[in-house]
Amino acid sequence: MTATALARAINAGLRAAMERDDKVILMGEDIGPLGGVFRVTDGLHKDFGPDRVVDTPLAESGIVGTAIGLAMAGYRPVCEIQFDGFIFPAFDQITTQLAKLTYRSLGDLQMPVVIRVPFGGGIGAIEHHSESPEALFAHTPGLRIVAPATAADGFTMIQQAIASPDPVLFLEPKSRYWDKADVDLQAEVDLSETGVTTGLHAARVVRPGSHATVVGYGPTVKTLLAAAEVAAGEGTELEVIDLRSVSPIDFDAITASVQRTGRLVVAHEAPTFFGPGAEIAARVTERCFYHLEAPVLRVGGYHTPYPTAKHEESYLPNLDRVLDAVDRVLAY
Amino acid sequence: MTEPLTVQPGTASDPTTIVQLLDAEGHRHHHPEYGPFAADLDADALRAMYRDMVLTRAFDTQATSLQRQGELGLWAPCLGQEGAQIGSAHALAPRDFVFPSYREHGVALVRGVDLRDLLPLFRGTRHGGWDPRAHNFHLYSIVIGSHTLHAVGYAMGVQRDGDVGTGDPERDRAVVAYFGDGATSQGDVSEALVFAASANAPVVFFVQNNHWAISVPTTVQSRVPLAQRGPGFGVPSVRVDGNDPIACYAVTRAALERARSGAGPSFVEAVTYRMGAHTTSDDPTRYRDRAEEDLWRAKDPIARLKAHLLAESLADEAFLAGVDEEADELAAAVRDHCRTLEAGPPEQLFDHVYTAPHPLVAEERAQMTEFEAGFADEEGAR
Ligand SMILES: Cc1ncc(C[n+]2csc(CCOP(=O)(O)OP(=O)(O)O)c2C)c(N)n1
Repeated sequence: MTATALARAINAGLRAAMERDDKVILMGEDIGPLGGVFRVTDGLHKDFGPDRVVDTPLAESGIVGTAIGLAMAGYRPVCEIQFDGFIFPAFDQITTQLAKLTYRSLGDLQMPVVIRVPFGGGIGAIEHHSESPEALFAHTPGLRIVAPATAADGFTMIQQAIASPDPVLFLEPKSRYWDKADVDLQAEVDLSETGVTTGLHAARVVRPGSHATVVGYGPTVKTLLAAAEVAAGEGTELEVIDLRSVSPIDFDAITASVQRTGRLVVAHEAPTFFGPGAEIAARVTERCFYHLEAPVLRVGGYHTPYPTAKHEESYLPNLDRVLDAVDRVLAY
Repeated sequence: MTEPLTVQPGTASDPTTIVQLLDAEGHRHHHPEYGPFAADLDADALRAMYRDMVLTRAFDTQATSLQRQGELGLWAPCLGQEGAQIGSAHALAPRDFVFPSYREHGVALVRGVDLRDLLPLFRGTRHGGWDPRAHNFHLYSIVIGSHTLHAVGYAMGVQRDGDVGTGDPERDRAVVAYFGDGATSQGDVSEALVFAASANAPVVFFVQNNHWAISVPTTVQSRVPLAQRGPGFGVPSVRVDGNDPIACYAVTRAALERARSGAGPSFVEAVTYRMGAHTTSDDPTRYRDRAEEDLWRAKDPIARLKAHLLAESLADEAFLAGVDEEADELAAAVRDHCRTLEAGPPEQLFDHVYTAPHPLVAEERAQMTEFEAGFADEEGAR
């Protein structure tokens, strides 16, 4: 076990996947000698060479589009999109091509492509560097979407994502890149575990509690744990669930929890309107109607473009906003 | 019936050669095709160019240090690119419209934007900071290449308004899109070239080839000089020494006149160098060596024009000292102003999402107001 930052853990996971399978190639802008703008690919260009760690031309549609062709030729491309706000030039390739080729070919073609995207805000960046576009992709059948919240998950999940026969959008919470936790970087990862109740898409109860359930993924998990800590000081026991996956969603885990607590708050940085929280609220209402003691509440981004850095604290689902929602579900 | 597209031969220089009118030592050179386009640059005009380059550098240097002091979240320096920016911008007429990317601080200065208004974007208090229509200078675009299509569309509007080819200098106008060498790889830029050629739009594509797209050299974007891109789209192209403000003025002026006359789009590749980091979050020592930077330092556009002004007695030491003084004043004003830039109340983030009322935005704003008021009550109760 070594205390490892999330960015380093993903780096180690990429390295392990590249060592295991020489068909794994990394491609993206500035991922070579620079190691990516967040240094997630640091050192890999030096050790695996420019054919396996490819500095591409500055063209996101090109990155994903050629990854599709490479996957057809038997490779396992891992694309880096530099920032969330720059995925849109590739939106067409991801949603109309990558997501649908397995379906269109009746399963003859597999698309083992991973698209890594640093996502979310809270780092004081300028426009287009802080967005959470997961709902736009979750609406597209054929894609898998995951987001590690911890260094250990960064190490494990990137390897499982690369092993996945389906395309995976791998969202990396950029505000947590430098958070350290103990990770066993020698551990063998079970690459068969792409299922919903085990492995890549399984949610995890990260703190048990009985008064209300709070659910999040990626950057919000840390905020939810902080909220649970504060709530505990006031005698409220929150059950915190790290969803880990946005598509599919481990509804069994959420349902089991809500059936015990009767209350649910969902938090994410993506805008709430038509966001992942809306989907979770609707499904949980269907599954747990008689167990619910209060309506499911959502805490997320507002219906505004991601604001300027000086206003992002008000926009993000911060500690106060989460605790306020918890108070409201408990008031019923 | 649409007319088949034709490439006008002979209007473009050979894009494998580089137009230069002022060399690194500050000597003027004759150029048969572009020399005449710089013939109107008298001593006053050259001194004005020099002044704008020095002011731009002072501003840029000040903004870089403001970022280092934590006053700006980020800064994208234009150090080294003043020749390409000031030279080309001086060729613009007030009615021409500019679509910049995010590093065109020198062009902003020439367009009359108060340079202090560039700061809020980088300080994180606003996404813009100036009225694009007041200066015919659009907001900065962060998504690489996206604005080149807007430039072409705007040019198509100018064309539909009949503001090309009338011969009336008060009426004819053109549009310029500034972008980098990396941007040329984007699909949007190719589509912009397609649309510009197809519509014969009055637009000038002005590429500052500063040799690096963050850590990636231009060779990854293109195996041939970027100026060779244009002809493939039917857009005549020219390559110019980007550290030569006089040549940048001449080729841009030629391209603008072509556009305003109704003869269609042009592509200019200004070969220059980004002397500093890509942005203040970048570390160029990871990908390029000092020797390369030194090579380009010797081609500094400001030193070059200064040498010319002095050698030809177009300016004296008093003038140079006056410009330096003005630059110091600008830098001080910028520093003072930056510290006064504050974000407004949090509810401000709901302003201008739409122009007409929108119930969801109104509801969320009310929720925030109530939420904030709750805290105020708690404070009051204490
Ligand atoms: C669509 C898109 N992809 C990636 C980025 C991140 N990014 C910002 S600047 C830059 C390099 C741009 O290089 P170039 O076009 O040569 O312009 P320069 O910055 O050198 O002036 C990159 C990759 C972006 N802003 N937009």
